[in-house]
Amino acid sequence: MQMPDPSARVIALKERLAERLRQVLAADAVISDVSETRAYECDGLSAYRCPPLLAVLPASTQEVSDVLRICHEMGVPVVPRGSGTSLAGGAMPTADSVILGVSRLNAVMETNYADRIIRVQTGRTNLSVTGAVEGAGFFYAPDPSSQLACAIAGNIAMNSGGAHCLKYGVTTNNLLGVTMVMMDGTVVEIGGAHLDAPGLDLLGLICGSEGQLGVVTEATLRILRKPEGARPVLIGFNGNAIAGACVSDIIKAGVLPVAIEFMDRPCIEACEAFAHAGYPDCEAVLIIEVEGSDTEIDHQLALIGEIAARHDPVEVREAQDADQAARIWLGRKSAFGAMGQINDYMCLDGTIPVTELPNVLDRIRQMSAEYGLDVANVFHAGDGNMHPLILYNANTPGDLERCEAFGAAILKLCVEVGGCLTGEHGVGIEKRDLMHVQFNAADLEAQMAVKDVFDPGWLLNPAKVFPLDASEAHRAA
Amino acid sequence: MMPVTEDELADVIRDADGPLEVRGGGTRGIACKGAIVSTAGLTGITLYEPGALTLVVKAGTPLAEVEAALAAEGQRLAFEPTDMRRLLGTGGEPTIGGVVATNASGPRRIQVGACRDHLLGVRFVDGTGNIVKNGGRVMKNVTGYDLVKLLAGSYGTLGVMTEVSLKVLPLPQAMASVAITGLDDMQAVAAMSAALGSPYDVTGAAFVNGRVVVRLEGFGESVTYRAEKLMRELATFGAASVTDFDWQALRDCAVFGNRSGDVWRVSIRPSRMPDTVAALRAGGEVDVIADWGGGLLWVLCRAERDLRADITTGHATRVRGTGGAFPRFHPEPAPVATLSTGLRRRFDPRRILNPGVMG
Repeated sequence: MQMPDPSARVIALKERLAERLRQVLAADAVISDVSETRAYECDGLSAYRCPPLLAVLPASTQEVSDVLRICHEMGVPVVPRGSGTSLAGGAMPTADSVILGVSRLNAVMETNYADRIIRVQTGRTNLSVTGAVEGAGFFYAPDPSSQLACAIAGNIAMNSGGAHCLKYGVTTNNLLGVTMVMMDGTVVEIGGAHLDAPGLDLLGLICGSEGQLGVVTEATLRILRKPEGARPVLIGFNGNAIAGACVSDIIKAGVLPVAIEFMDRPCIEACEAFAHAGYPDCEAVLIIEVEGSDTEIDHQLALIGEIAARHDPVEVREAQDADQAARIWLGRKSAFGAMGQINDYMCLDGTIPVTELPNVLDRIRQMSAEYGLDVANVFHAGDGNMHPLILYNANTPGDLERCEAFGAAILKLCVEVGGCLTGEHGVGIEKRDLMHVQFNAADLEAQMAVKDVFDPGWLLNPAKVFPLDASEAHRAA
Repeated sequence: MMPVTEDELADVIRDADGPLEVRGGGTRGIACKGAIVSTAGLTGITLYEPGALTLVVKAGTPLAEVEAALAAEGQRLAFEPTDMRRLLGTGGEPTIGGVVATNASGPRRIQVGACRDHLLGVRFVDGTGNIVKNGGRVMKNVTGYDLVKLLAGSYGTLGVMTEVSLKVLPLPQAMASVAITGLDDMQAVAAMSAALGSPYDVTGAAFVNGRVVVRLEGFGESVTYRAEKLMRELATFGAASVTDFDWQALRDCAVFGNRSGDVWRVSIRPSRMPDTVAALRAGGEVDVIADWGGGLLWVLCRAERDLRADITTGHATRVRGTGGAFPRFHPEPAPVATLSTGLRRRFDPRRILNPGVMG
């Protein structure tokens, strides 16, 4: 992974910068000791590491503003960090950058059930947002699988999704307003508890901008009343194509489940060995969850059952109680852990049109043989967001490179069939150099023009998202 | 000018030597001084996959054609695009590009989101004649910046859209409206909040002439079940009953169509509806219809009255009326305006696309 050479000028500023930051932050909020900055050397993409110049942990929007103003004055790059769970390297530092962690910004500012909103500081974890409102029967819908740890700041930066997007949408569909600090320290308020934007939809632009446009310190989020109940059904099939056709038929029939999860044979087998969830021995499994009252659930599951029956299922297993529901989800939820036990793995995130599922799965199987690396597929089938897990051994020389080449080939295939490089993880550094596959020069220039407007000096998370050759002129300007 | 390909449109914009008025169906009352560039030559459904809930369509395609194609497969644009013809007294046919450019979204916005939430991808020509694509045709996509949402609701000021991809949803089997009459503003908001905070998946909540009306959609039995539950839950606000209600007329604010005066849309948090309406009344005679559970107010008032002088929260856009020395859109605070202006300058350096329409 190529990164720009760290600036010797900036590295030489370390002591002076630390001194200035200590004037505006609490003593323990400026981390400069090399042994301590190492804690911030990587995020969830742990194959790439680099300790930052400094790390700071501001505790208020004002402190974030002070930090950014100082870094702006001194020309120092800043890498914002939520909880560091990014799988794309979005929070990976460079040697000449300051990590700005928002973990101390974790308060709930306002909860309003009449307006169905919560306003939080963005260091708060995703799950604890739901935690703050579930007593009243509400929840925050986007549920990335890292939700126990990941911060709202990172969710906004990456426009995180989750398993229940088919019905509830992703972060951008549930974000109503932000307080954001610009690189020069200016604080802007965008949106609020109302729905319409007064002018251009800047909120939509900020969400998913990977920490390159500003640091979001507070967010107004939409909260929803929990449904009366939810129930999953597990359906086993004799082939990927059959399972894919079943997904398509369910959607066409007008049923809109909250989740449709797909697992292929390698994934089913690994999960069985790991979690013993009792999954059937077959080529593909769908886990479909529907919501509502008991009667509504019965009705929807009956419809789904009828449709599945036309696709010659190996098994249809409807949860009869909470315990059975948990067992159905057990295998799916332990998929990543199960893979981790077998080997190191790389998790991809390309999205494809749902209708291309069978074709893409076949192609991935062929490529798996060509590259000599196993791959298991587990993904959100309702929205076409794939998560192929490529297994490799980090200790075998050349394996990581082979895995990365295989991954790139899969992502190119996703684009080729009408999809995209990343559905919910973000580009970061991981998919940065593949952006040319999906976008031409004019497409990338239009996006980089936005960064030019928000952060003219390209100091915020500068070497991410855009291929270095494409962004070079902007970064140097 | 009526280019019939994206390349022709790019040439038109590149070669323009003055302001251009970008026109879809011309139904939404957006005009400026400039040569008219029509999207009427860019029509047709490029791709429609009912099983993937996706539609890709050229920007100049009439909305009616899109809706007919979707209805034939039992699907629809769930964000309920508004039709402004009755309110504004305009003719012509709304286009899908015009819907997207104005982010035109109806009562169902509170449940499924706005047009921008259903927009998966765009192709557009910017103010220098560059052809740009962003997003795509898949449901989940975080590849690069989201210019898709930036273009939605940009009123043609950043670029002229040539093709849009949209998420579509199944048509429900059944619909029911539940109403309670004789409520004041305070009680109305409380009743709508109770309905929207219930687990019954409300897809519309309006307050018109002292009557709160709440909409439920879905499978037949499910709608009946939820309507009964909801009526019981709302009993504290008065006797609720299943009623007929013209959601389309509400969507289009058609009732102000044959009445004179300016019409505004005021966007606020629902709990501020009662005091906002009181402030508007204190400033002069108004007629108000509330949608989105109280979060959207359609306000009819005398011509040239600046409603913004009377509201202390949210923002207001004038949708009908031209007199008076104030802009159509709510002025933005300085640091935000800097960003908006900066974006316009980058996407349309000559400021030739719909100049003055947005700011």
